[in-house]
Formats: sequence, C-alpha cells, structure tokens
Amino acid sequence: MSEKSFQLWPDMASSFALDVDLLYGFLIVVTIFFSILISVMVIGFSLYYRRGRKVNRKLGHHSNFTEVIWAAGPFVLVMIMFVWGAMLFYKMQTPPENTLDIEVVGKQWMWKIQHATGRQEINALHLPLGQPIRLRMISEDVIHSFYIPAFRVKQDVLPAFFTQLWFEPTRIGTYHLFCAEYCGNEHSKMIGTVTVMAPEEYARWVEEGVQEKPVDAGERLFTQFQCNTCHQSDNSGNGPALAGLFGKKRPLKGGGLVEANDQYFRDSILNPHKQILAGYDAMMPTFQGQLTESDSLAIIAYLKSLPQLPIPENSVSMQDLNP
Amino acid sequence: MKKNYLTNGQTVASWLLTGDHKRIAMLYLVSVTLFFLVGGVAALMFRLELLTPKGDMFIPEQYNRLFTLHGVMMVFFFLIPAVPAVLGNFLIPIMIGARDLAFPKLNLASWYIYVIAGICAIIALIQGGVDTGWTFYTPYSSTYSNTAVTAAVLAAFIAGFSSILTALNFIVTVHTMRAPGLTWFRLPLFVWAHYATSLIIILGTPVLAITLLLLGLERVCGVGIFDPRLGGDPILFQHLFWFYSHPAVYIMVLPAMGVISEMVACAAQKKVFGYEFVAFSSLAIAVLGFLVWGHHMFVTGQSMYAGFVFSFISMLVAIPSAIKVFNWTATIYKGSIVWNTVTMYVLGFLGLFTIGGLTGLFLATIAVDVHLHDTYFVVAHFHYIMVGGSVMGYLGGIHFWWPKMTGRMFPEFFGKLSALLVFVGFNLTFFPQFVLGYLGMPRRYHAYPDEFQMLNVLSTAGATVLGLGYALPLFYLIWSLKYGKKASNNPWHAYGLEWETSSPPPTFNFDVMPVVTRPAYDYDTEAAEQLAKVEDKAIDAIRREHEETAL
Repeated sequence: MSEKSFQLWPDMASSFALDVDLLYGFLIVVTIFFSILISVMVIGFSLYYRRGRKVNRKLGHHSNFTEVIWAAGPFVLVMIMFVWGAMLFYKMQTPPENTLDIEVVGKQWMWKIQHATGRQEINALHLPLGQPIRLRMISEDVIHSFYIPAFRVKQDVLPAFFTQLWFEPTRIGTYHLFCAEYCGNEHSKMIGTVTVMAPEEYARWVEEGVQEKPVDAGERLFTQFQCNTCHQSDNSGNGPALAGLFGKKRPLKGGGLVEANDQYFRDSILNPHKQILAGYDAMMPTFQGQLTESDSLAIIAYLKSLPQLPIPENSVSMQDLNP
Repeated sequence: MKKNYLTNGQTVASWLLTGDHKRIAMLYLVSVTLFFLVGGVAALMFRLELLTPKGDMFIPEQYNRLFTLHGVMMVFFFLIPAVPAVLGNFLIPIMIGARDLAFPKLNLASWYIYVIAGICAIIALIQGGVDTGWTFYTPYSSTYSNTAVTAAVLAAFIAGFSSILTALNFIVTVHTMRAPGLTWFRLPLFVWAHYATSLIIILGTPVLAITLLLLGLERVCGVGIFDPRLGGDPILFQHLFWFYSHPAVYIMVLPAMGVISEMVACAAQKKVFGYEFVAFSSLAIAVLGFLVWGHHMFVTGQSMYAGFVFSFISMLVAIPSAIKVFNWTATIYKGSIVWNTVTMYVLGFLGLFTIGGLTGLFLATIAVDVHLHDTYFVVAHFHYIMVGGSVMGYLGGIHFWWPKMTGRMFPEFFGKLSALLVFVGFNLTFFPQFVLGYLGMPRRYHAYPDEFQMLNVLSTAGATVLGLGYALPLFYLIWSLKYGKKASNNPWHAYGLEWETSSPPPTFNFDVMPVVTRPAYDYDTEAAEQLAKVEDKAIDAIRREHEETAL
C-alpha cells in the first residue's frame, strides 16, 4: 500500500504484475499511436482544406484497396492482443502443483480468511513471499469480488459456487485488498490489507493465536450435527460412508457420474437434493441456515482428512446406473 | 402564411394526440431532456462526494442510490431513446421522402409507453430509490436489497416496449415507404445506422424483458431462478442481462454514428468516403454485438475457453469500428471545411470515440481485463463511448438539424463554445479515471484510499465544466426559439431530402412527392469553394461600401 498521496502506476508485487504491465504497455502504445494519428489527420485536414483556401481538391479514384488496408492493419494488431492476452490468462488460470491453499469466505461486508493451520483473520491476508498461493473462495450471501491491484488479480466470489485464484507474491510489503463487485451498502468498506512476509516470518505468524484447526472444527461439527447417524463408516447407514470419498467419481441416481470434489461436498451439506448418489434416497435434510460456508469448509477439511477405508461396493450396482 | 408542423394546431390536445412524427419527436425531445437533467444532477452530486476520500457528504445508502439513479436514467431513459426517438423520429420519414412513419399511432403509443415507464421510475425514486446499480445483479437485487427494485425493474421493462415499437416502425417504414428512385444504396447512412439499430432492438429487447420478468418473479414471488438459496444460479442473470445489454451499447452508439456520417459529409461538403463500407460496418457491428456478452464476465468463473471465444469476437468489433473512423477521416480529406459548430462537434466525436474504442481493446484483452474489470478504467471507457460518442453525436445532431426542426438558427458563438466546453470538460472528467482504474480503484466506491484523491479532484473539476457545457445549449437553444435568426431551408448547404423541404417542414413533409435521381451525399466540393468566393466577394463589397460611407 502506498503512503504517497499521488501515484501514477500501481505497485508490482506478484509474478503476474510485470506480465500484465507489459501487455498493458503495448496497448497504451497502440492507443497513443492511433489517437494521435486520427487527431492529427482530422484536425490537419480540417485546417488545410478549410473553405476558401486555394489547395488541390482533385479526388483520386476511390479504391477498395484502401478499405482492405485499414481493415487488415487493425485486424493484425487485435489478433496480437488476443493471443497475448489469452496466453497470459491461461497462465493465470492454471495453478502449479505446489500451492499453499487458503480459504476465503466473503460476506456482507467482510472477508474471512482461514489458513490451514487454523489461524483466522478478517479483512487481512498474510502471505509468504515467493510461495504460489491458491485461494478457494465462496460467498455467504451475494456476489463479491476478491481484488488485489498490486498482484493484478481479481476473481468473483459467488454464493454457493467455489471459485479459485492463484498468484505468487514477489515483494514484501502491504497492499490493498478490495471488493470489486458491488455488494450493497458497505461495499466500499469491504476492504482490507494483504501483507507479504518473509517465509520464515510467515511460518511463525501462521502458528500464533490458533484456536481450532479447520480439521478439528470439522470433526466437532460432524459429531455435533450427528452426521454419523446416517454416514456410518462401515457404510451400513442410510447415507454413504464418507471416508476416502474425496476425488472419486461416483454414479448418480438417474445416471451420470459426479466427481466428489469440494463443490460436491459443499452442495451435499447445504443443498443435498441437488445430486443424489445412485442407490440412496433423497432423505438428507439441508443444513442451510444451520451451517455457514465456513462450517461446511471445516467439515470438508475433516472429511478429506479421514483415512482411506475400503468402501463396500455392494450398494451400487450397474442396474442403478441405467434405470 | 403557409402552416408548418409547429403552427398546424396550437392546442395541447393537438400535441398530445398528434400522429405527426415530427411532433412526437419534439415530445421525446422534451422528455429525454428532463431525464437527462435528473441523471446529470445525480452524477454531479456523487462527483462532489468523491472530492474527498472519506464518505462525508452522503451516507452510503444515499451514495448508492445516486449512482443507480444516474445509471438507470441515463441508460434506459436517455441514451437508448435519445438519437432514435428524437432525431430518428423526426428525420427518417423526411430523409426517405415519406409523409410519416408507417404506423403513426404506434409511434405516439411508444411515447406514451415511455412516459409510463418514466413515471414508474419516478415512483421508484419516491419510494426511496434503488441501490443495485443499473445492472441489477442477482442475488443482490432479487433477495438482498431493501430498496424499490421492483418499481425500477418494471420501469426498465416497460421502457423496452417503447423502443421495440419505435424500431418496428423504422424497419417497416424504411422497407415500404422510400420515395421513387431512393434505392437502398442511395439511403443516407443515418437511415442505415437506424435500420441496424432497429434490428438489434427488436432481437435484443425481448431478452431483457424476459430477464427482468424473471428477476421480478424471484423478488416478488420467491421463485428460485437466480438466488442459489432458492435453488437458482446467480451467473445466469448476467448471461441474460448482457445478452441484451451489450448489444444495447450499440443501440446507443450506432445512431450517433449515423448522425456523424451526415454531419461529416456536410462539414466537408463531400461524399462520405466508402459509403458501402460505412453502411455494412453498421450491420457488422449489429451482428457481432450479439456474440460478445461474455466479455463482461471474464472474472465470474465462467470457463476459460468461453473467455477466449468472447475475447476473440470482442476484438473483431474493432474492425468495423476502425473502418468507420478511417472513412470519416478520409471524408474530411480534400473537403471544404468551415469551422462552425457542426464541424467542432464532428471533430469532438471523432477524437473521443477513437479513444473510447481503443480503450475497449484493453478490456477485450482477457488478461488485462482481469485487473481492470469493475474499476474506474471501465467507467472511463464506457463514458468515452456513451458520452464522448453518443451524447456528442446527439448534441451535434440537435445543433445540425435545429434550424430544420424549429426554423431558427442558434447563436454560432455559443454553439462553438458549448462544443469546446463539452470536449474539454469531458476529457478532464474521464481521462483521470483511466489512471485511477489501472491503479486499482474499484467502481461504485463511496469512500476510497487517500492516494486516489488527486485524480478524483481532477475528475470532479471536469464534471463541473462538462455540466456547464451541457447547460449552455439548453439556454441558447430555448432563446433561439423566439429570438434566433430565421433559418433558410438549407442553412448548411447540406445535401439530403430533409434540406429540400421548408424549415420547419409542413405537416406532411413535402408539398410534392420527391423523386430521387442522384446518389446519397452528392456534394460538389468545388461548388462549395465557388460559393465561398462569392460570399467573400459579397462581404468585401459590403465592407468597401462601409469604408466609403465612413470616408
């Protein structure tokens, strides 16, 4: 975050900043070139050919070749912009394997950040330098947008749907965090700070003031809401056993497959009738209103942490797949 | 004295029950001006708030209502109807040599529908305003906002029918009522632009109507369509909304492009360069405009590949736009230009539209849009198109055809002054916003970090100049109605059927049905020069006479 009262260029603090700025610079050069070209021509012609001046106004033949030239020139330029922008966007959309995952929940009007160690923060995000970060984000209410100008990244945060954002902080410092999607009265207060720290400093910081790890919170909620009444570990309950389910493809009632990912787990808790596994009845109550998105994230963390148990496959037959 | 359309019936009923397209245009002129004033005052108020980083003039509730009011008024009640309903209504029948539009009663009905929509908007205002932004994004608008969203959405819904009727009228009129000899490729480009616009209106507006209806259903009846809590999809709204509202941008700017084509030919006293290319580029923009809505949604989490496709098609829009700008520029080349109000508005439009178009490329470039989306850069860009392009074209057109519409000339000095003030004020208002956007200032922020203040102060200073530039024509144009010099039939030596009838035209436009034998823009640049010489000689002669009498 700049202390200056006036600036013309934003801080550059992520691995994308230079890439985006170079492309932006190219666009500026094109814009300045054509703006000056058009301005000089229209003003120049209007002065040179003003009425009453004795100048040659004899017209040549109108040729379509001129039209082709001034359509082709812009075409080539915009295709360069398109390809350059698409390649960079591909990079922005493809996180590497070794990311540090942090969870973000947006709600009117604050950002709740959950580190994997259990440390939580509100309207602040602490990050280690040089470490690729992946944010998994969801909103409790309306659409928000997670925006760090110094990193040149932005991603809408949606109700009921996970989105993700990745970047690599490259400069120690404090930067703005904004909500970019209008979300109601205090939209302009839904701001915070992003602090990039040295990795060892971050390692110390993230272990301080921890109250409850998400995995532990998840286990607590799982017990508290008596999920194991139906989801018994030996698969004898009314619902499927959950250990080792994450990442697997499971058949759905009425056909089709679903990958048991974060989104699937989240929907199963808060909107359980959206997708019913083959072989089960739509009998699970919704926990919408009782559990928040943060709670469901904790439960997902707990479920993911469960040891792999062999799941008996007897409850799902090929007959269920093709009703 | 022979009656013209203004003097033919003086009662209030003769205006409110008229079928005359010119009178209906005047009714629209008055009503869009009123809505423009409401929207403009709202803008000035929140620009004042933004002078300081802290939110100290209004509370957030008021600020959010002000920018929503500004957006709703300007988009649905000014920009969309302005050029087509005022200038298009007045000129299209005259330009094609017809007595009126094909369906005069439908034309009047469209004005009444517009007024009803306007009343709905005012009711929304009285109910305490709306705070969703003109984009009505769900689920904020459908479930969370406590403001008069339903009335505002109803207003936009009704206003849509008014545009549909006008567009339908234009399409039928252009197809069926052209004067003998007026082939498609002899039509003024103004008519081509309105034809393209009408196609977009007819194809796009029903989608908006459906979208707003669904929003109303969810808000009023609780039917889950967009709110995930009710089982809906919040992004679906954005797809539906932008499927109309991106083409709506072209609804706002294409007619203004048509105005500029007329004005540039007259200003240069020369045939528009590459007539067919300008005409077809309007149609190309109309078609491409329907295929680019996803560029508003690059960061919503839509598929990356969808993003690529929308980025690619958005880039293509640059080509017909560039063709237009280059052809207008080439029209000025070897022309015979007088530096009057008309010319100044043309030059202002070309400069601002060029910058607006080029900065659109930043937002079509997907990786750069990630940073710029929902910042002031976007605000600056679309104001360069909407205000720099559409409003400049509209105001220019009002000046250009004012003598025809009212039979009076406006004071040339004030005309030039207003064009200059608008140009300078506009750039001062919106140029700093490009910088603010790249620095990362999000739009719709009531309070902002200190380091953005300097640029915001510049922007507000510009807004006051711009406000002055817009207020000025209001005064001198009204003044000219009574005190302006009487206009001849063709004060600008322009070419086109509208300049062959009297100023103001009679109720049925022409005393004899015109027959067209020449191509569009059959200007004679050399003749304009000869005329200038004759005029110069005449002026010299008068001066000499004065000197002699003085001696």
